[in-house]
Amino acid sequence: MTKTLIGQRVLRNEDPRLLTGQAQFVDDVEIPGLLHAAFLRSDHAHARLLGLDVSAARERPGVVAVFTAEDMGADWEPGPPLVSPPPTAKDVLFHSRRQVPLVKDKIRHAGEAIAVVIAESRYIAEDAVEDIVVDLEPLEAVVDLEMAMQPDSPRVHDDLESNLAAHLFQKKGDYDAARKQADLVLQRRIVIDRGAAAAMENRGIVADWDEKSQHLTIWDTTQAPIPIRNGTAARLGLSENQVRVIAPFIGGGFGPKMMMFYSEELVIPWAAKKLKRPIKWIEDRRENFYATTQERGQIHHVEIALSRDGHILGLKDIFLHDTGAYDPYGLTIPLNTQCHAMGGYDIKNFTTEVSVVFTNKTLVTPVRGAGRPQGIYVIERMLDAAARELVIDPVEIRRRNLIPPDAFPYEHGIIDQAFSPLILDSGNYWAVMQKALEMIGYEEFVRDEQPRLRKEGKYVGIGIAPFIESTGVGPYEGARVTVEASGKIFVATGVGTQGQGHFTTFAQVVAEQLGVAPSDVRLVSGDTAEFHWGTGTFASRGAVVAGNAIHAAASIVRRKVLELASKQLDTPEDELELEGGRVRVADIPNRSISLAELANLANPLRGAVEPGTEPGLEATAYFGPRYGATAFGTHAMILEIDPETMMIDIKRYVTVEDCGTVLNPLILEGQIHGGVSLGIGNAYYEKLHFDENGQLLNASFADYLVPSATEMPRIEVGHVETRSPLNELGTKGVGEAGTIPVPALFAQAVENALADRGLEILESPLSPNRLYELWSRKEAR
Amino acid sequence: MATTEPTLHQLFDLALTVNGTRHEQAVEPRTLLSDFLRHDLGLTGTHVACEHGVCGACTVLLDGEPVRSCLVFAVQAHGHSVTTVEGLGSIEQLHPVQEAFRQAHGVQCGFCTPGILTTVVAFLAENPDPSEEEIREALSGNLCRCTGYQHIVDAVRLAAQNMKAAPQQPAR
Amino acid sequence: MKPAPFDYYAPTTVDQALAHLAEHGYEAKVLAGGQSLVPMMNFRLVQPSVLVDLNSIPDLAFIHPDEDGGLRIGALTRHYQVEVDPLVAARTSLLHDAVPKIGYPQIRRRGTIGGSLCHADPSAELVAVSVALNGRFRLRGPKAERWVPAQDFFIGLFSTVLEPDELMVEVALPPLPARTGTSFMEVARRRHDFALVGVAAVVSLDEKGVVRQARMVFLSAGDRPMEAHRAADALAGQAPTPEALRAAAEIAASDEIDPSSDIHATSEFRRHLAKVLARRALDQACRRAAGKE
Repeated sequence: MTKTLIGQRVLRNEDPRLLTGQAQFVDDVEIPGLLHAAFLRSDHAHARLLGLDVSAARERPGVVAVFTAEDMGADWEPGPPLVSPPPTAKDVLFHSRRQVPLVKDKIRHAGEAIAVVIAESRYIAEDAVEDIVVDLEPLEAVVDLEMAMQPDSPRVHDDLESNLAAHLFQKKGDYDAARKQADLVLQRRIVIDRGAAAAMENRGIVADWDEKSQHLTIWDTTQAPIPIRNGTAARLGLSENQVRVIAPFIGGGFGPKMMMFYSEELVIPWAAKKLKRPIKWIEDRRENFYATTQERGQIHHVEIALSRDGHILGLKDIFLHDTGAYDPYGLTIPLNTQCHAMGGYDIKNFTTEVSVVFTNKTLVTPVRGAGRPQGIYVIERMLDAAARELVIDPVEIRRRNLIPPDAFPYEHGIIDQAFSPLILDSGNYWAVMQKALEMIGYEEFVRDEQPRLRKEGKYVGIGIAPFIESTGVGPYEGARVTVEASGKIFVATGVGTQGQGHFTTFAQVVAEQLGVAPSDVRLVSGDTAEFHWGTGTFASRGAVVAGNAIHAAASIVRRKVLELASKQLDTPEDELELEGGRVRVADIPNRSISLAELANLANPLRGAVEPGTEPGLEATAYFGPRYGATAFGTHAMILEIDPETMMIDIKRYVTVEDCGTVLNPLILEGQIHGGVSLGIGNAYYEKLHFDENGQLLNASFADYLVPSATEMPRIEVGHVETRSPLNELGTKGVGEAGTIPVPALFAQAVENALADRGLEILESPLSPNRLYELWSRKEAR
Repeated sequence: MATTEPTLHQLFDLALTVNGTRHEQAVEPRTLLSDFLRHDLGLTGTHVACEHGVCGACTVLLDGEPVRSCLVFAVQAHGHSVTTVEGLGSIEQLHPVQEAFRQAHGVQCGFCTPGILTTVVAFLAENPDPSEEEIREALSGNLCRCTGYQHIVDAVRLAAQNMKAAPQQPAR
Repeated sequence: MKPAPFDYYAPTTVDQALAHLAEHGYEAKVLAGGQSLVPMMNFRLVQPSVLVDLNSIPDLAFIHPDEDGGLRIGALTRHYQVEVDPLVAARTSLLHDAVPKIGYPQIRRRGTIGGSLCHADPSAELVAVSVALNGRFRLRGPKAERWVPAQDFFIGLFSTVLEPDELMVEVALPPLPARTGTSFMEVARRRHDFALVGVAAVVSLDEKGVVRQARMVFLSAGDRPMEAHRAADALAGQAPTPEALRAAAEIAASDEIDPSSDIHATSEFRRHLAKVLARRALDQACRRAAGKE
């Protein structure tokens, strides 16, 4: 039997192309006659658009066209709703307001697209953008979440009574009753601020309408090529088959590239069809800060009720969620927050109420974590506060509340982002947390090292943060696996790829079934001409959902291979093995037949076939989980802080991850490392600063602080594997795991380091300045 | 030779060597070297991610020195020599640094990678036996959103090791 | 983000460069390393109609020992050259300590000392260091040249006494007296960000170990390099005890700087950091002056 490929540190198939600069990204696409687009974007966050004069821009040499909302005529239409409000919850209030192709009457966030210039070069297009004269009436901007909910606040959408975009109430058990039984009730206000995904590749789109063949080809930095194809075809009055969307190599997704029908995606294909010329638009970094979606802004009022021994009797969380100027993405993020606010703890009474608020800021859609970090931040901070009050060790209070292994599947009785009941399928939570404690040497540190270092005058702290991660949600993905005449395997799937190694992990899944080397499996993803059913990469679902579809398709192909080989080799199937691209009779290695031969036999050019025979060795399969698998992990950290400058130095960083079956540990580690780097960014470096006029003050990499190699610690990754019963591979997602607990972990570790000051941290992100203010406040008291 | 005549928005006759090949083309002075390489020469391996000199994705070697190509006008490279990622190695024959990145999984989406490779090649040429801290310092001008830098650091260490064992010809 | 169009000159001598500047005056911008100018052009924050590129003038880049024991550095010398030069390490430890903190490694390959000084960003390391070292700058105009002391050169935010038809061609740094120690410290969010606040300290001791003379210049603490004269005066004649250093740091931070608030730090926090860094830098400079470090 061949050694299993699942779980092997297989090197990546896609690397040679990427390493030699031969991989095609959207901006690398060149087409004869290509024109270039630049958008005029609003400087104001809130204003009435009174008039536009584009005549000078149109006259500039090298400019081919300038389009405004008026020029789009009847084709002007806001984007489609992407995620409807949950049908399975009653008491849902939802006002759907979607982004527009180009501003018609009212500007609702700084950076909103007002007009587009199409020219012979991007340089000329930008010159022409400066020629456009805009007449507008500035309005007072809605920026602060709490002020936005005041009755006298200016309204982002005039046809609504207020800035309330949505409201959702969920409950489990009876919090009020539980509260009455409590020995301790704590209340806190927790504020979490916005951050950006800041993928290294900005967005871009190339649209090429061929008038003769009546066919539209679009290259798009999207995580969801199939829905883009479907929606674009519908908008332009084309058949889906007339539109091909290709998501080539993508330079990082992290969520915002899953947002669909951005203004540019509504405008550029339309313009290409109108002009009958191919058009390219590539976002620049400044635009990315304004025009690409962001996330994390929430304000929570939390209450926790506990018994004297630290058992959580109930939790109540009322929060505001900032959705920005529009809400095409439904309630996905706040639902995630609600589902993660209980963490991995056995909480029987939970009330959660979210008000989603419109503001004059960039749209909010999921960014790696997608609402989960906020939920985990809330529960972990409340537990730390409770531990302090009840004088219970912070590790112990968590141990007492973690869901025990025999309680799975654990039903929470509220609904999740996929509108299914929140059920945690499997897990071994305390074992994971214990492993993290061991790896970081928690006990020894607290008992010996920390007191010693403190005596030397060093301010060192330790933190530990367990967390759940909902992953692998439906609805479904699909794949087609084919044994080609060469004997190599071709796989097509709808889901795209943005660096997470799908070309390799999916190849491992197929290679496992068909006995070939992963390097003999060629994967095409993200091209609607190759596979055209699916939703996209989000919610850490690629490996789980597409992976399982691929596994299913490969298993069917394996059966077909064995069936055909059995006839050819005149041997029962259970005596056959697949290895090295051949089917062999076990124990008789020279009786074998290659996959190539079998593929050719399965697709004869002459002769008759039996009725009902499908040609080739090929299968298409789909996978849709009943509900999403829930992963679990724990991060631990030791840091030192300079109490005079509030600069931190991370001494050790440990993560332990239980995402079920691991497909490729090398790739998994990479995902964890990357997730932690965004988490550390969220915790200590990255904050989008909006002023009271809705202006973004740090729209550049000079002032929006993405951690570099000198800020990142070395991360030690440990594993526990609790297979998920929800799919054949037993796998759970892990793409966002690195990010989720980090802000909570930071808060705990910093409080621990500055313990003699008794700081309490109830906000994220932190900064040296902010810590200095909290510290000084404590001193003043 | 660089012209000292006024160009009055005229095109400039640029002549330079890229990856060992001489190119001559008339360009607008404001054309950034990054755009010239990518769109005029079709060398799309060099990537543009910020155009204000922070992220390092556009790093190329100008006369062997790592510089941000988004902060150099193409006309400034007149008479000079540029090496891009395409000049380091090929799919059939990876440069040892490229090979090390493959072995150590130092690549995820690959967008920051070319800028990191040129930076690392120049760095190792001057510092063939670096410590982890020196490596991170050398990489501090290259942002990566996918990897958390760890496997990149491992790749640089591995490359240094391998290159010490089998010394290489310098890149063109 | 593409720059607006401009006319481009690449002179090969200083005289040619000066001729272009004389012709175009305020319409022209000088291009040295480009690490500050080109980002601003890409953002279209500045749109010069003429760019005079100095990079083809070879005699503007050099590092020479001065007969008095100091250094002469050509204005177009790249930061990287200064960073690795053994003369700089030997004769001006302050410069040697400060240069690695300028931006990222790739920035230092192109950025120049003249460019940084003429750009006059109060957050620039070289701006504060040149004042702390009592440097002098040679400015050449179409008809004459003049030497300007560093402390008189910077007159405001991004403002210097350089006329539009002048070029900085050389920086002279005098030698440091015996028993002198220097220290450069800054606090930055990420390793290579602009400093929230920084300080360049130079302390000379007499034979008894008493402070003969001190100098402290802050960066990111006002609209220009901020020199703490009164703090320095308070230290002169004192033994460098922790109390004396703390007192000097207190004077400097409370009275002699004018930090502003921005998204990265409030003026209050900057003031606090300035006090902390001043104390630490003075301490390090004193220990180095005494040969203890």
